[in-house]
Amino acid sequence: MNINFFFEVLIGGLLSGVMYALVAIGFVLIYKASGVFNFAQGAMVFFAALTCVGIVDKFGVSLWVAVPLTIVVMIVLGLLIERLVLRPLVNQPEITLFMATIGLAFFIEGLAQLIWGSQVHRLELPIEDVPLQLLMDRFNILVSQFDLAAAAICALLVTALALLFAKTKVGRALRAVADDHQAALAVGIPLQRIWAVLWAVAGLVALVTGMLWGARNGVQFALTFVALKALPVLILGGFTSMPGAVVGGLLIGASEKLAEVYIGPYVGGGIEGWFPYVLALLFLLVRPEGLFGEKIIRRI
Amino acid sequence: MFYREAGQFKTSYEADGQIFPIRQDRIALAVLLALALALVPALASPYMLSAILIPFLIFSLAALGLNILTGYAGQLSLGTAAFMAVGAFGAFNFVAHVPGMPILLAFVLGGVSAALVGIAFGLPSLRIRGFYLAASTLATQFFVVWCLTKIPYLTNYSASGVITAQKIVILGYAFDTPERKYLLVLAVVAVMALLAKNLVRSNVGRSWMAVRDMDMAAEVIGIRLMRTKLLAFAVSSFYCGVAGALYAFAYLGTVEPEAYSLDLSFRILFMVIIGGVGSVLGSFLGAFFIVLLPVILNVLAHGLALPTSVASNLELMVFGALIIFFLIAEPHGLARLWQIGKEKLRLWPFPH
Amino acid sequence: MKMNEPEASFSAATGRQTGPVILDLKNISLSFGGVKALTEISFDVRQHEIRAIIGPNGAGKSSMLNVINGVYRPQQGEIVYRGQTRRNMDCYAAAKSGIARTFQNIALFKGMTVLDNIMTGRNLKMKSNFLMQALYWGPARREEIAHRVKCEEIIDFLEIQAIRKTPVGRLPYGLQKRVELGRALAAEPEILLLDEPMAGMNVEEKQDMCRFILDVNDQFGTTIVLIEHDMGVVMDISDRVVVLDYGKKIGDGTPDEVRRNQDVINAYLGHNCE
Repeated sequence: MNINFFFEVLIGGLLSGVMYALVAIGFVLIYKASGVFNFAQGAMVFFAALTCVGIVDKFGVSLWVAVPLTIVVMIVLGLLIERLVLRPLVNQPEITLFMATIGLAFFIEGLAQLIWGSQVHRLELPIEDVPLQLLMDRFNILVSQFDLAAAAICALLVTALALLFAKTKVGRALRAVADDHQAALAVGIPLQRIWAVLWAVAGLVALVTGMLWGARNGVQFALTFVALKALPVLILGGFTSMPGAVVGGLLIGASEKLAEVYIGPYVGGGIEGWFPYVLALLFLLVRPEGLFGEKIIRRI
Repeated sequence: MFYREAGQFKTSYEADGQIFPIRQDRIALAVLLALALALVPALASPYMLSAILIPFLIFSLAALGLNILTGYAGQLSLGTAAFMAVGAFGAFNFVAHVPGMPILLAFVLGGVSAALVGIAFGLPSLRIRGFYLAASTLATQFFVVWCLTKIPYLTNYSASGVITAQKIVILGYAFDTPERKYLLVLAVVAVMALLAKNLVRSNVGRSWMAVRDMDMAAEVIGIRLMRTKLLAFAVSSFYCGVAGALYAFAYLGTVEPEAYSLDLSFRILFMVIIGGVGSVLGSFLGAFFIVLLPVILNVLAHGLALPTSVASNLELMVFGALIIFFLIAEPHGLARLWQIGKEKLRLWPFPH
Repeated sequence: MKMNEPEASFSAATGRQTGPVILDLKNISLSFGGVKALTEISFDVRQHEIRAIIGPNGAGKSSMLNVINGVYRPQQGEIVYRGQTRRNMDCYAAAKSGIARTFQNIALFKGMTVLDNIMTGRNLKMKSNFLMQALYWGPARREEIAHRVKCEEIIDFLEIQAIRKTPVGRLPYGLQKRVELGRALAAEPEILLLDEPMAGMNVEEKQDMCRFILDVNDQFGTTIVLIEHDMGVVMDISDRVVVLDYGKKIGDGTPDEVRRNQDVINAYLGHNCE
């Protein structure tokens, strides 16, 4: 067994884990602040990426123009979601909201393709997907610059969001809202405005994620299935912890790639499709609330 | 005026416990069955039978299975298609490897195989709840379907991976035309629906609903959670397995894993949500709706001369929007709307 | 049982004929993490009696009931029930051996009707397996109807005939409490544990509930262990009273004895009273 090869696979897995973590962060953000498990996060990532690319293609403008426009679109989308889907369902059980976001996912996917078409779009980012010369020369390991840049961006995002939640007034209000909508209303937290901020931030995260994924694999419908992988990430890392989402993402990414490379050949390949889910399932049996999640206490 | 219960007194608990206590309902059901059995095969086109009625019945059965698990027992599952796949592959293999296996028995055994897989993958529900459970049912969906593609014995060592389902021949009588297939599927689905309705109104059904509503209280009154939950998984998977076998044998004609994707699981979940969670009638209404909707959208798209890609995207949007609409407006789905309609009909022509 | 324990005796407080001790709790201690909910609680319950557990809020009364029917497992102590000594009770075993209860915050199945809720109370008595139930044939059918008859008796007893087909979630609080009592009665229990059965009721509803509790004890001979805050009710209907405060037992005896106990007075009214 080539140790260099092992490290390459490991690092490759960790870096793809970073991508998963980005999607998971969007989930955690919304769950932490509104108690809603947003199944449509993947669809939103897809929508953001597609809108950005679509604007670039259709109107021939550069990314520097398209990105801010897309952010505006995502904010509007978020506000509409809050107004039309969440507000009517306030105080319904979690499972109802979850199913509503499943419906939302389908709706957004259809809408995105209706507006921008269903073919694969290419997304060019200023960072190149070439191996980092330094690591190549010194350790003989193939690591792409792009992946490293993605990891850095992810770290930055997590730090910024963690600070937002912990230190700012808005962050505190978001946490209050997540705990109990009615209580938050009772102390005068402007629910609608807070949620507008929340979905705007989530939209931004979705856009960053979408752009990084899109540059990697092209912007296409398969993106939404990739987003499903965020679920095992959340199970491992807990639904309410952003560091947890990162750790979970890294674990899932690494284990998935390693399993595919080392176990895959013995069983005919294709392990990546289910390995993260089975791993998460086994994990849940031991720790039903995830690595960093909060323990649920039920009273009768 | 016509839909009245006046004069229909129940003088025994047995009479009170009928599935259709109102005489008008019984008449309506008899008429419906007569139509379904006699008129439809005679008058409907082969397209109508093969593309609409047969899938409608098959999906109703699968939706019924999912409704038992999610609607009555409260265990949210996204792995329905996997159980259907097990049923299909099971039935195929029993016919292929056991000489002289009657095909109906093969369907039942396919269902039983699905039930066993259901129990195995239902074990996590003893520790995991809510959408953690839903997320773990994804493991079922992906893993089971992957297994079915990778084990050559199950596909009878077919080189291409696509297996043709065997012909349905019962006691020498071949069910190869759309009419005959329709009647067979109708018979199977009707019988299983009756069994399901009996189950959900009995002690088992009450135990399921108790576990769904408040499992700690259920435990306190002596309901054994493990047995109840695993039974729900078993029965639900059995229904989905039989539906899957019918899907392969009476509709697709082939037994292929790709047909049992996550997409199918979601479609069946939508049928349950739109039709009515926790309702046998709802499973049928939801299936009817979801089977008919793409057809209607296609016709509309044709009429407005829109390209087919638009139609398929519109389909996604309409599904999504309808889910949200139903969850907001009527969380108990079409079944509840039907009930409300009947109540209004009782009072007609008076407003209240 | 102690040497001079009479088989049957008259309850000094109410003149009710009570039997031997059927439930004996010895040195029960229960803690959650660092919080001690119960500290070495011992008391017994005689057959056919109405035993009240009283005390200020947070005294551990509900936890005590939870220990008796197996929802919580005590770290220390023994439960002697019907001659069998156990370190802790198991929910299923408790239900099977005749302990039923109601809850402070109503634990009814909101998605089902009143009749169905009460029928769930009979689940331990139903023997037919699921295949027979699916066919609804023969023994399964007879059993369902037989149990329906029993439940209707309870419905008559509790005077809730008019709402038997109403989904429980739509009923007012007082009626829900009555349905919960019905579900507990459906199990034909030996001991009925009632956790604040009259909380949140007006005077009329309380009178009705009292009447039902007394009738249950009278007609069916059910032993009743009752947590209640209304002192009037407690003093009137109970044979003996246990008083808890901060997880410790501070009084045990007839209502009159407990009423005059200085520790009890201090617990309720504060230490400056005489």
